[in-house]
Amino acid sequence: MTRKRRRLILLLVCGLGLGTAAALVLTAFSDNMVFFLAPADLASKAPHNGRTFRLGGLVEAGSVEHTREGSKPVVRFRITDGAANVVVTYAGILPDLFREGQGVVTLGAMQTDGTFRASEVLAKHDETYMPKEVADALKRSGHWDPKAGAPPPASTWNTLLPKPGNGG
Amino acid sequence: MDATTPPPPGGRTLHRFANPGRFLRISGRVLPVVALLGLGLTLTGCVWGLFFAPADWQQGDAVRIMYVHVPAAWLASFGYLSLAICSVLSLVWRHPLADLAAAEIGPVGAAFTALCLATGSIWGKPMWGAWWVWDARLTSVLVLFFLYLGHVALVRAFDDPQRGYRAGAILALIGVVNLPIIKFSVDWWNTLHQPATIKFTGAPTMYVGMLWPLLLCALGFTFGFVAIVLARTRAAVMERRIRGLLMARAQEADAR
Repeated sequence: MTRKRRRLILLLVCGLGLGTAAALVLTAFSDNMVFFLAPADLASKAPHNGRTFRLGGLVEAGSVEHTREGSKPVVRFRITDGAANVVVTYAGILPDLFREGQGVVTLGAMQTDGTFRASEVLAKHDETYMPKEVADALKRSGHWDPKAGAPPPASTWNTLLPKPGNGG
Repeated sequence: MDATTPPPPGGRTLHRFANPGRFLRISGRVLPVVALLGLGLTLTGCVWGLFFAPADWQQGDAVRIMYVHVPAAWLASFGYLSLAICSVLSLVWRHPLADLAAAEIGPVGAAFTALCLATGSIWGKPMWGAWWVWDARLTSVLVLFFLYLGHVALVRAFDDPQRGYRAGAILALIGVVNLPIIKFSVDWWNTLHQPATIKFTGAPTMYVGMLWPLLLCALGFTFGFVAIVLARTRAAVMERRIRGLLMARAQEADAR
């Protein structure tokens, strides 16, 4: 009994030490654990002099324009986090989920003119899973404009009955 | 040698199942039920999810990968939790069956984690635009996969199995810090991976027609996981028994 209790206490003490160490390390490195910077972080944290970093946020509604740079098609859009926004230019194939109001993460560097030149654009999917019929119903009734941002609270739509006869 | 030591008075409840004979008898009765439940629920959930559940308005049919990916991810974490519990039982109470179970949970958990990583990657390419990114969630799950592999290798690396079990248990317990990191990585840091849809607080941000098959699949995967681990542990107990009998016979032959 005493040996068992000693082992248990030893284990708990080790666990406490390990947990504290892990928590300290994670807090110390938390700046490096972020996958991308938001536009509002740019002033304080952005690496300058052309270093590459990731910039993420929502594609601002009405900001996407397809232009040309010589013969190459280029897309320009603004990434916003509500507080600030940055103009991004990108030449390449956009992922399927790219749209206005969608979260995106771009890899690239700041240019001298204050725009962000991306070499890669990833779409970020949010935690909502909604059939097309429900999304259409919300849009029709004016409860949600996907371009404006996140959908309304889940409890208002997650049991909504779409019209029958259009499954799968 | 384990069967001959009488159970200590304090640990009677735990050591009731240390008797290999009793374990084989009880698990033999439970196993078919668990296996059938696992198979039935997984099949029902998968057929429902893959053929009858609605497609997502943005992701289209790619959303159906979720019915495999999410249960696999949950089981990867829960499997590791069970590995850690077995390790505590083994280190503190020296429970002989916990050692065997831990050694058998390792490969199964690694398989579920691999399934989670593979399906996530297949979903990520068309949806995100990348097979893999080094964000906190993906990286911590990859670490979980390596922890499983390390445990599998370490437990089997010693000539004396007891030393292997001990080393494996310590590794498994050190790796437990990774579990909260996996769970909360999407809340603590910004990641490409989406945050949790099914939360402890608040309504799930998923349509019920998708939620039901997902929950069925998760339940089916859980029973499946338990069934595989039970079957493997039974095999390990019988293997140890046979080895014991063969050793006894060999010693007898030597003595003659």
